[in-house]
Amino acid sequence: MVSQWRDALNNVKSVPRAHPTADAAASEPAGLDFARSRRDSLRRKFVERSVHAVLFLCALISVLTTTGIVITLLGETIQFFGEVPIVDFLTGTRWTPLFASKSFGVLPLVNGTIVVALVAIVVAVPIGLLTAIFLSEFAPARLRSMVKPVLEVLAGIPTVVYGYFALQFVTPILRDIFPQTQIFNVASAGIVMGFMILPMMASISEDALRAVPRDLREGAFALGATRFEVVSRVVVPGALSGILAAVILSISRAIGETMIVAIAAGLQPQMGFDLLRSMETMTAYIVQVSLGDTPQGGIEFRTIFAVGTLLFVMTLVMNLLSDLLVRRYREAYE
Amino acid sequence: MINLRIDAQPADAVATPSENGQTDAILMTRSLNFWYGSAYVLENVNCDVRPREVTAIIGPSGCGKSTFLRCFNRMNELIPTARLEGSVVFRNRDIYDRAVDPVEVRRQVGMVFQKPNPFPKSIYENVAYGPRVNGYKGDMDEIVETSLKRAALWDEVKDDLKKSGLALSGGQQQRLCIARALAVQPDVLLMDEPCSALDPIATTRIEDLIRELREQLTIIIVTHNMQQAARISDRTAFFTVAESGAGVLVEVNDTQKLFTTPTDPRTEAYITGRFG
Repeated sequence: MVSQWRDALNNVKSVPRAHPTADAAASEPAGLDFARSRRDSLRRKFVERSVHAVLFLCALISVLTTTGIVITLLGETIQFFGEVPIVDFLTGTRWTPLFASKSFGVLPLVNGTIVVALVAIVVAVPIGLLTAIFLSEFAPARLRSMVKPVLEVLAGIPTVVYGYFALQFVTPILRDIFPQTQIFNVASAGIVMGFMILPMMASISEDALRAVPRDLREGAFALGATRFEVVSRVVVPGALSGILAAVILSISRAIGETMIVAIAAGLQPQMGFDLLRSMETMTAYIVQVSLGDTPQGGIEFRTIFAVGTLLFVMTLVMNLLSDLLVRRYREAYE
Repeated sequence: MINLRIDAQPADAVATPSENGQTDAILMTRSLNFWYGSAYVLENVNCDVRPREVTAIIGPSGCGKSTFLRCFNRMNELIPTARLEGSVVFRNRDIYDRAVDPVEVRRQVGMVFQKPNPFPKSIYENVAYGPRVNGYKGDMDEIVETSLKRAALWDEVKDDLKKSGLALSGGQQQRLCIARALAVQPDVLLMDEPCSALDPIATTRIEDLIRELREQLTIIIVTHNMQQAARISDRTAFFTVAESGAGVLVEVNDTQKLFTTPTDPRTEAYITGRFG
């Protein structure tokens, strides 16, 4: 250590100086710093590279996971379609892979999924959007700071709790109003799912509304528009693509939601739009088979990969669509 | 056409004669004090604005010029902490009277902003917005055409009125905003540094337009550019920052007099470039 410093000092002193006396005090620490920095620069480089590598590995994990999932899904799905024609799968209206007379038409599951998602969207979109408009345009700052945390709590409730809330609370109410309601029914699951999605819908829409420049609001106010006219004719149209993105993400979330439907919507794959009856969604079917006594490796078990792939494609398309809209909405005011 | 005028009712104690004995002012402020939260922004401003003239408001940054302008159409109210004392009298009526709806005020006192802010809609819809929200039921095409002509934009856009207002150049956007404001047929047009975001050529066009519009309506324009004030205004009001930190009106006079024989040493210091 010490010898290194001395060498460094000597090196520095050997350089001719214009003002030797004035420099003497200043040059010593400078020389020390210089010597240290050469060693440090190696260490710094090492640390930099390690950090870089660790971060890269972390990023890689998620990419590998995604790839792994897709490969697993696709492998099993391709095997499945070796046995069941893809056209039969996508167009058949009878889904009975677990029965003696097997039929692999996935449409009843898609039907159930879409119907539940629609109910959820009908609940979540209007309430979410109006909440967002209230929070962004009308609510005083203090009220806003109280409502937002409540919404976040709603977003943090585990979906299994929502599931039991649907089954134990909403279903009995529905049965009081409509006595023909089945214990497991689409309406209850859909309504509760709507409340589950509500915070996301409200939060994304509010961001979109707030992104509308203040200039535009002032411009409209200056023309004698009332607050409602400003919101309905300038702010909401201006934020429309962001709001649409929120709707699509909500749909995507509703399609992928599992616990609520598995608990409250039942396990009967069927076509139709009767909200008071039980229907099985794609996700609920996957749960049913994964947790049941279906032997692995058979065609029955492979159905869940085919259904999973279809589900994956559906949500992927939705997310890409919303990405597209968000990008458009970023450019809206430039 | 749009018949939504505030009834001209004589208000008490507001018909005080202005400094040269005239009571023909279209807008007057009396003992106007203004705060944003605890910040004192305007201190005791008494200012008269004459009809069919261009009144320029000049002064150093932070002297409350824009705030003062926004008092005339109650735009300041959109900021929750804003507080105003005193009165702003428009056609002999205090626009801050409880009975007056700010929406009504803004229909008669239009505004053009510093940065062009067309709505992300077509040119046509931009101009039609004001008449629409004001319940205009007549010939919309006509009002759009007239307004765009008054704003000297018609010839440039008449062939693609469906094009987005945002597709226009900055100067055109600002003229579109002027057309949009004119479509409501205001008596007064407030302009908050309307050229500060524009290039010199676009600025010249707006200034020409302001001179033409002066024939038809009253214009109050905030500008940081003294040459601009001298070029386009009939009267000029000079504001500065008082010791209290609030903006005060130092003097208001015919533009030529204010720039050649200012009565207050602070005005002289400002216009000769010694501060601000």
